[in-house]
Amino acid sequence: MAKVTIDGVEIEVEDGTTILNAARKAGGDIVPPAMCYYSKLKGSGGKCRTCLVKVSAGSAKDPRPMPKLVASCSTPVQDGMVVQNITSPEVLEARKGVVEFLLINHPLDCPICDQAGECHLQDLAFEHGRAKTRYEEERRTFDRIDIGDKIQLHMTRCILCYRCVFTCDQITDKRVHGVLNRGDAAEIGTYIQKAVENDFSGNVIDVCPVGALTDKTFRFKSRVWFVKPMDAQRDCTKCCGKTIVWMYGNEIFRVTARKNKYDEVIDWICNDCRFEKKNVSDWNIEGPTKIERHSVISHNKYQIGTKVNAPKKIGYGNITN
Amino acid sequence: MGKKLLFEHINVPGIETYDVYRKQGGYRAVEKALTKMTPDEVMEEVKKSGLRGRGGAGFPTGMKWSFLDRKSNKPRYLVCNADESEPGTFKDRFLMEKIPHILIEGLILSSYALGSNSTYIYIRGEYRWIVGVLEKAIAEAKKAGFLGKNILGKGYDLEIYVHPGAGAYICGEETALIESLEGKRGNPRIKPPFPAVSGLYNCPTVVNNVETLAAVVPILNMGGDEYAKIGIGKSTGTKLISACGNINRPGVYEIDLGLPVDEFLNSDEYCGGIRKGHRLKAVVPGGSSVPIITADLFYKNIKGEARVMSYESLADGGFACGSMLGSGGFIAMDETVCIVRNLWNFTRFYHHESCGQCSPCREGTGWMEKVLHRLEHGHGHMHDIDLLVDVAKKIEGNTICPLGDAAAWPVASAIRHFREEFEYHAKYPDKVKNSRYAHLDDYKKAVELV
Repeated sequence: MAKVTIDGVEIEVEDGTTILNAARKAGGDIVPPAMCYYSKLKGSGGKCRTCLVKVSAGSAKDPRPMPKLVASCSTPVQDGMVVQNITSPEVLEARKGVVEFLLINHPLDCPICDQAGECHLQDLAFEHGRAKTRYEEERRTFDRIDIGDKIQLHMTRCILCYRCVFTCDQITDKRVHGVLNRGDAAEIGTYIQKAVENDFSGNVIDVCPVGALTDKTFRFKSRVWFVKPMDAQRDCTKCCGKTIVWMYGNEIFRVTARKNKYDEVIDWICNDCRFEKKNVSDWNIEGPTKIERHSVISHNKYQIGTKVNAPKKIGYGNITN
Repeated sequence: MGKKLLFEHINVPGIETYDVYRKQGGYRAVEKALTKMTPDEVMEEVKKSGLRGRGGAGFPTGMKWSFLDRKSNKPRYLVCNADESEPGTFKDRFLMEKIPHILIEGLILSSYALGSNSTYIYIRGEYRWIVGVLEKAIAEAKKAGFLGKNILGKGYDLEIYVHPGAGAYICGEETALIESLEGKRGNPRIKPPFPAVSGLYNCPTVVNNVETLAAVVPILNMGGDEYAKIGIGKSTGTKLISACGNINRPGVYEIDLGLPVDEFLNSDEYCGGIRKGHRLKAVVPGGSSVPIITADLFYKNIKGEARVMSYESLADGGFACGSMLGSGGFIAMDETVCIVRNLWNFTRFYHHESCGQCSPCREGTGWMEKVLHRLEHGHGHMHDIDLLVDVAKKIEGNTICPLGDAAAWPVASAIRHFREEFEYHAKYPDKVKNSRYAHLDDYKKAVELV
């Protein structure tokens, strides 16, 4: 066991735990944001650099500070380590820089993006970004790649977190997509068009922190804050069958996997559940989902335990519970 | 006249062949090491010599070797980093082309010390013709019994493989090199674990520069203590410097570390001074990624002491008024060189070579290049200069590998030392628009104006 102090909060964790996971165990404001790290995916993390923290004392044995800011998602804790996250102006400044870098080539088409409302980059920019951009040049664009009839790829929105690459590598048999090219011309692609055909390929939509990979069956149907998440279940031969169905009235608009507080999928679901089962009769609806994540989608939602009667007709912008 | 260790026999005709190299005393060190010394003794000699990595960082080689995990039962690997892609650096190319056997000999000695049975030379893709030179040398050494099974009857097996890269600067970073060698995309790995524990094929690995490994040969020949006497302070031995720019005698020189910079730049034995009728303006002493410094700061450090060619002396003054010895890519610029254009060129290189894995480098290098392009082509503003400084500051130290730092340092240092030139570009866009050169008179006037 190692004792580590993060922003003055002392916590004891097992050896080999990363700083990020230690902070998550402690909870609260001291948890660094993470755009690329995904606890379910082996090897993820270290790329986006939003989770940078300052290590002001390396360990009890060697209390020297680390010379650079370190990525908290990939740095294991040592006994007696002292970490500064939100208490260090240097960290906040670096994080502000990273957010700016992520946004300079992001199209900022949130008004027409299906991810808006549950987008991690939106949350991150809201918390750490600046109001105006200093970037004057044209934003980069890519040729459109069609990766199949269920998943929409918007490469311009991608922040190259590599989560989808790891997902396809680790939960499906044959990875067909990866990162092509290098530098700021790097893109997620399949090389062969419409190649993503796999029973679990839909999970890349859930892991994508931005709107680069979205559900074609839900495209432009509704804003996420207008649809209501409900825990649902069905007997599925391929996956666990435990999902969230997003309902608008009595219609199911989309199906996603259940996620935890940090928006990480708890159990992967299959494409059948995700894309094909859009009737209420397919599902055994358990009740409203409690969304723990701090985001737009967790606001203006009903209280847990209240009876939900979806109104027959809903006027635009007039959502009452 | 400095001592020649690596280039002692460089001018002997046919030195690239085994016979001539052997006649000049080649492979003597291998015989000595394999018959009379244990691997630990070889390593001890290297430690004693104080040899420091010649690839840029200057990390003590003996210490790096001692970090290698020997307790696990996994095979150990030695990888020779011949992916020399730093703009301004061409020393390894010269060494491998002219005298490949010294590298092979150094590799045998180092592999023996580290206990590696398969050693790889990861060579830059653009050095395609050197692959043949090295492979020929390896075949000759094998024929003579210095490679293969049971070398010199001592029961030590070693194979050396040459692996050409596909032309990426980033593959010179040791973990990206390992990824590339494994056949993957050349993205640097996130450390820890370090290669000494888990490197090539998840086995303990040491990655060393060509010159570092070649230097093991003279160390064994003359003894570590003797080698440590050459040089100054912690910078021991000789160093290959590839000099280019506006000097009279560009080329690759072997110098004793501790040679005064004035002598290196102006004596006829080395660079031969700045070309006639011009004066030195700026120097990049160690390849494009080290900070650029002005002529005054190059000759003398901030305390007024004359600088010498060594790791410490060139770094004296930190990044504010010092630089680094780096990989020895010495670039001298005279007063006709436009610093903004030069910097734009460097930044364009880093933009092109960024692997795109982590966000500060991927986005930041492109951004800096665009801003500098704007400034150089007469579309810049005054506030762009501060923007550049800020972007460079936010890349530096926040990336996975040192490429981010390498891209940020030249920008930060060029603006620190030559800010008025940037201001001139922002202020007089028409004058700089179609000009590749710095205009002396205009430039002087501008200095007075701003």
